[in-house]
Order: sequence, then C-alpha cells, then structure tokens
Amino acid sequence: MKLDAKIPEGPMAEKWTNHKFKVKLVNPANKRKHKVIVVGSGLAGASAAATMSELGYKVHCFTYSDSPRRAHSIAAQGGINAAKNYPNDGDSIYRLFYDTVKGGDFRSREANVHRLAECSNQIIDHCVAQGIPFAREYGGYLDNRSFGGAQVSRTFYARGQTGQQLLLGAYGALSKEIKKGGVTMYTREEVIDVVVIDGQARGIISRNLVTGELTRHEADAVVLATGGYGNVFFLSTNAMNCNASAAWRAYKKGAAFANPCYTQIHPTCIPVHGEYQSKLTLMSESLRNDGRIWVPKAKGDKRPANQIPEDERDYYLERKYPSFGNLVPRDLASRNAKQVCDEGRGVGPTGNAVYLDFAEAIERLGKDAIVAKYGNLFEMYNRITDEDPYTTPMMIYPAVHYTMGGLWVDYNLMTSLPGLYAIGECNFSDHGANRLGASALMQGLADGYFVIPNTINDYLASNKITPVGTDHEAFAEAEKAAQDKLDKLLAVNGSRTVDDFHKELGLLLWENCGMGRNEKGLKEALEKIPKIREAFWKDVNVPGSADDLNQALEKANRVADFMEFAELMVKDALMRAESCGGHFREESQTEEGEALRNDEEFCFVGAWEFQGLENEPILHKEALEFEEVHLTQRSYK
Amino acid sequence: MSKQINLTLKVWRQNRGEEGKFETYEAKNIDTDASFLEMLDVVNDELTLKGIEPIAFEHDCREGICGCCGSTVNGKTHGSHERTTLCQLHMRHFEDGQNVVIEPFRATAFPVIKDLIVDRSGLDEIIAEGGYVSVKTGNAPEASTTPIKKEMAEAAMDAAECIGCGACVAACPNGSAMLFTSAKVSQYALLPQGHPERAQRVKNMVAKMDELGFGNCSNEYECAVSCPKGIDVKNIARLNREFIKANLGKN
Repeated sequence: MKLDAKIPEGPMAEKWTNHKFKVKLVNPANKRKHKVIVVGSGLAGASAAATMSELGYKVHCFTYSDSPRRAHSIAAQGGINAAKNYPNDGDSIYRLFYDTVKGGDFRSREANVHRLAECSNQIIDHCVAQGIPFAREYGGYLDNRSFGGAQVSRTFYARGQTGQQLLLGAYGALSKEIKKGGVTMYTREEVIDVVVIDGQARGIISRNLVTGELTRHEADAVVLATGGYGNVFFLSTNAMNCNASAAWRAYKKGAAFANPCYTQIHPTCIPVHGEYQSKLTLMSESLRNDGRIWVPKAKGDKRPANQIPEDERDYYLERKYPSFGNLVPRDLASRNAKQVCDEGRGVGPTGNAVYLDFAEAIERLGKDAIVAKYGNLFEMYNRITDEDPYTTPMMIYPAVHYTMGGLWVDYNLMTSLPGLYAIGECNFSDHGANRLGASALMQGLADGYFVIPNTINDYLASNKITPVGTDHEAFAEAEKAAQDKLDKLLAVNGSRTVDDFHKELGLLLWENCGMGRNEKGLKEALEKIPKIREAFWKDVNVPGSADDLNQALEKANRVADFMEFAELMVKDALMRAESCGGHFREESQTEEGEALRNDEEFCFVGAWEFQGLENEPILHKEALEFEEVHLTQRSYK
Repeated sequence: MSKQINLTLKVWRQNRGEEGKFETYEAKNIDTDASFLEMLDVVNDELTLKGIEPIAFEHDCREGICGCCGSTVNGKTHGSHERTTLCQLHMRHFEDGQNVVIEPFRATAFPVIKDLIVDRSGLDEIIAEGGYVSVKTGNAPEASTTPIKKEMAEAAMDAAECIGCGACVAACPNGSAMLFTSAKVSQYALLPQGHPERAQRVKNMVAKMDELGFGNCSNEYECAVSCPKGIDVKNIARLNREFIKANLGKN
C-alpha cells in the first residue's frame, strides 16, 4: 500500500478552488447512472446523501436507527464554528485555520484544515437558508459566543441544542430528496461489511434489524459516515448504539486506519456512580467560565464540601496554570483531574470526581445571573444526580467524548481502498491529536455538503466501473462470512452477558489507554486484550435468534469488532512514544509534568494496514509538513 | 442518598406478527440513582442468564435528545415526571415494592414491532411532505442578509425543539400527530425562509397525517402534557390557521 494524500499544488488559500476546477466532472445526464451508497445519516451522512442526490446521483442511504433523525450528532450542545467575523474581532478564514491546526497539536493535515475553514462560512449561509433557528441578537442578526482554544467569538448556536437543529436541517434536506426519489432510505438496517471486487469498493452487506435478513447492495462508490469509536471504552458520552463496525470491516478489507490512539476525553462530565451505569453525560464546557475546580488538600478527606474550609481546598488548575486557570484546554483539565484523584484526593462516593463550585460566582453575580446563564445545565445535573448545584458544588469527572483518529483519507476524502470514502468523525483528517470545541459539527457538514459532492466525481469520472451484479462471488462470500459470524455468536451459549465483556474491555482501556498512557500499561493491555477476546468467544451468552429483532445479537456483533479494534488502538498508542493533544505518554513530559511533543520522530500520521488478525499490521507514515503554521510547543502556564 | 429498591414489573411482550401479553418480572436491588432504562438493563441481564429473551426497547443517546426511547409507564408516556424522557427518569421517583406497568406507545399509526418497540416511521413520512425548506446546497445567500426578529427566532426555536419521540401521539385518545406536525409547520411559518412553501407545506403534511391513520385533534391537551420538551399546544392553533389560510386564501 502506498499512501498518497493528493494535496493540490499551489498556495494554501487557493488549493481548494484550484482543485475543484481540476477534478474531473460527471455530466448531469451521466450522474443518474451512478449509484452511491452512504452509510450513516448523521450530520455528515445526511448532508452528503442529500447533496449528492441534488446533483443527480442515485443515492442509497442506510441507518440502523428507526429514523435518520436519531443519529448522535443530535446530542452536540455547544455550537458550530465559522470564520464570519460578525463580531468584528479580527477573525478570518486564516485565523480559524491557524487555531484548528494549533489546537490539534500539529498532527493534522494543513490543506484539509484550510479547506474546512473555507467551507465554514458557506455552512452557516446554508443552514440559515434551511430555516435553522440560530440564536439572534435584538437587531435580528446572528449571535456568536466564545469557545475554548480561540480568542475570537466565532461559535454560532441554537440554545444548548445546536447539534439537534443542524441535524434536523440535514434530515430535512434528506427527506426532501427521499420524497423526490433521489435518495432511497433504508432504516433499521445495519451495514455489516464492505464488498471489494478487483480492488474497488463495490457494495455492502446489510442486516435488516427487524427480520434479521442479510441483503447485498451494489454501488459505484461507498461513503462511510459512521462516526467514531468512543464506545470501545464502554462508558462514554456516545449514544448506546455508536460503534466502529463498518469502519473496522473496511479496515479489514484494505482501508488504512489512521491515528486510532487519538481519543478526546472531555473534562466536564457527570461522574460514574454505579456498576449499572450505561453511559456518561456531558456537561457543557461553558461551565468552566464561572465554576472553580477544586479538591481537598488532604488525602481521603471525606467531609462534605461545605465543611471544608477555604484554606484546606486545592484549586489545582488555578494554582498550576495561573494565566488560564479553569479554562485550560480539555486535555489538560482532564489529565489534572485524574492526577488528583489518583493521589487519593478525589471526592464523592467513588473518589473519582472533583468539585466544580459556583459558590463564588453566585456571590459575585447573584443567583439569578447564574440561572440565566446555566439554568438548563443545572436542571439536567439535578435530574441525574438529585443534588442542587446552587447549594452544593457539582461533581465532575472526565469521560471519553470524541475520537480524532479514523479511517485514513486523502484530500478527496477517499480511503486507501479505491471507491470507499470516509466523512465526518469516521475519518481522521482535520482535528489532529485534539479537537477544538464546536469544530465537530463544522467538519461533518463541510464534508457532507461541500467536500464529497465535489470530489467523488473525480473517481467516478476517471475509473471504469463496470456492473458486477450482487450474485458475484465476492458478495456471496461476504454474506456468508457475516452469517457465519452471527451464527457463531449465537452458538456460544456461555455464562456471561455481552455487556459484561464490554465493560471488562472498556475498563482495561480506560486504565491503560485512557488519559495517561505508558509503555508498561500499554504492553499489559496488549497481553490482556486477546485473552478477553478469547474468553468472549468461549463464554458469551447471546440469547434469541438471527432471524428476528435481536438487540443482544446486534450488540454482540459490535462488541466482537471492538475486541479486535482495541488492540490496534493500543498498538498505535505504544508506537507513538510522544505526548500530543489527547494522547499523553507519561514517558514524554516536561520537568513540570506537561505534555512533550516529539516533532523529530513523530510528526506524521500513523496509518495501519491490516495483515490478518494473527499478524502485525503494517505502519505507514504520512509525513506532515507545516508550510503555514510553525511548529511550537503549547504552553498555558 | 441512593438506596436500593425492589419492584414488580408487568411488561408487554410481543413478537412480530403475534398477539402480545403482559409478563411479570421482579426487578431486584435497583439503585435509586439508576435511570429507568438502566433498571431495564439490569432486568435484561438477569433474564438473559436465566435463558429468557431480554425485553426489547428502543434507546440510543440516553440524554433525552435523540427521541428513540419512550414507553408508557403506569399509564403515562415516558413515566410520571414532567418534561422528562424515559431515559432521564430516575428510579428515585419509585417506591420500594411498587408495581410498574410498562407498555409500548400505543396508537393506530404506531404498530408494535416487538415488545416495547413500535414503528414510528409515519412521523418521517409526514416530514417528507414538506417539513423543510427546499433549498439546494449552494443556493444560499449570505447568512446575515435577512434579519429575523429575536422573538420570532426564539418562538421558532421553541417549536423546533421537538424530538420526534411520538409521546404526543400515544397520549392522545385519538392517536393524533397534530402536536408533532404543528411544531414543524410553526417553525417555518415563523421564519421568513419558510414562507415561499408555506401553503403547500401545511396542506401536504396534514393530508399525509390523515392518510397514515393519525387521528384528529379534539382539544384534549394530553399531547402537550405528555411532551418531554414542552412543545406548546398553541402550535396546533397556528397549524389550524395556516391550514385555513392555505385552503381558503389566495396565498
């Protein structure tokens, strides 16, 4: 495999425009002869499916949910960035590009990030035209707010439900095309394999989640918009059904997987409170504007927060990072919380929590001001924990939230498997080793509305794609492999539930490949994962049958893939013996305990090529060159 | 402080194409800090290990925004708690020893698929009739070209918060989807971007609603009470006005 990023020639600011002119076009009459499969209907998938259908392609879109509107993009709270510069605070496409490259700790591809910044303004124009009720000022113009990692206000928002509104906009566009007949929508259908013929992605195998029926679908190109792999940790802020299966199957069929060790751990989530817990809930980053984070100075201090006097509290972020205080970037805030809890100074029943205290803000601004600013978040916290954050400090702890790694893609968003594309969180390209707040929505929509509709034509126009028919042996083999795997899962009939195994795997990864990683822990995880996997296949209990709606079987099939994927994630973390963004290698830190990047040895994208489960994957390195933003070490002291 | 409680569940079990019935299960040692769906997870794990097929229920985000979850609990959609989806209902609102009856959302237009899972695809079909602005990617003018009064944007957002869970349909004695449909019609009636297609939108969406077997509105207001997002019943009045204007006026 030879990776070619296909970065266009020319100055950074002209690459995308030039590229759009140079790529081959498919004439309107021919577009309807091409069938494109889109897997996933979140922001990236729905926007891509709708836009490609508008252009005339025959689009078939698949989701495992009962409706495209359920995708987890819907849960994004904060907002979407764009370089509109409406507040007149000096923002520009270049500044958004610069902040994103730097925020990603110099591990993203400059040309892709610049294009993202260029598309950001068109996204806002389009979403407003769609009737998305963004927040407005009294004059009737669009309002902006600030987010981490930027010194300008460039975040557009719709209350605390920006993801919901943008997704419903994309869902509306998709519905319009479904009505018109341009998109054929498949709901309650889970794509469980990619079919490759003569080195090209030529279709998929899908399972109907109501009847269990496996079906074959042929296409000229396949677009994966299947999100991230955060649920490999079992507990995360992802929705329960989020999984890595389609991306993982694509990897096993020849698409390289890039930077799987880059996971974002969000600092402000409601802590784990019991064995039964199924997921974690995020509390918006905006809370750190007014809340002060602290733990007791003394280890094992179990007194209630209000009985701990001021001089026995450690406001550790303010102490260690006086210039940024509680507003340090996500990766730093998370690591420090873990550190104080590991020292035995964590609070709450489990000791794995820190306080986020609003007492000082309430005294300074008054309770009414806090209600106006954060009322809905306080209500949500109260609903889950039954505690009143106006009188008792909130307890928070970091949780897995987003994955920057994903399928390797070139500038056209095509994976290393010809004809297979990956868009949105599913690919690796734009956020480097750390994603800035309000950038995920921007990337999903840029990829779907503006990038892929302008790049997929290059492949379709320049390759001869002859019809193969779903009776081709490659389809038959893929379907049989899928059926065999389902049958095998049902046949084990062991003594442990799927969740039980998933929790064991997740906990191991959280301990050894979570916020802090070291060689010893990673090697230990590499020894244990195959054992858990083996035990899973010997002792898992999956009730029911394969020809029915069977949620345990769906889950088992996804967890079986996580069991394999986890190993690659840990291998990647072991290989990357430097700290960058969300990936903190304890061996690579400054004297003051801060992350230390190693640009000499690791300024590359690590893309892995599958060689069979029993063999070591091959690592391909795509060197990262920084023409515009110069490599510097981040400091927040 | 959390404690542990025991409950007796009466759960609707139904296979595809068969008649359904209630089965009784014990939910033991349930932590009161757990959510309702986490309680069902615990029960399902026990059923699985006993060789009984677990209860099928729809769920995804478990944060109250995706609209997947929803069952009728002791006769109330999403359970008893105001403005709360089932995934955000916590067990501290139940008493030790309580009987809990769990049924799927029942409506003519929501056939049961399995156990607590129903087919709500009718709601997607209503949206497909015009629950959007027909703008192609690439057509949009500069975002700040048309100022929109803050109050109008806020009112549109109030309507746009609907999560499409279908509780309003299940709570309505007529199985009407008026609250759902009116929320989408209102969002676009309140915003200038929605105006060119205003008349056609309301006519087509209402026609589809009728065609799919959703009932009429007879002002019971159960929909608004059941709505986990607090969608206002005034939207139905707005839908009626839009509908009359579209049919009688000259647009």
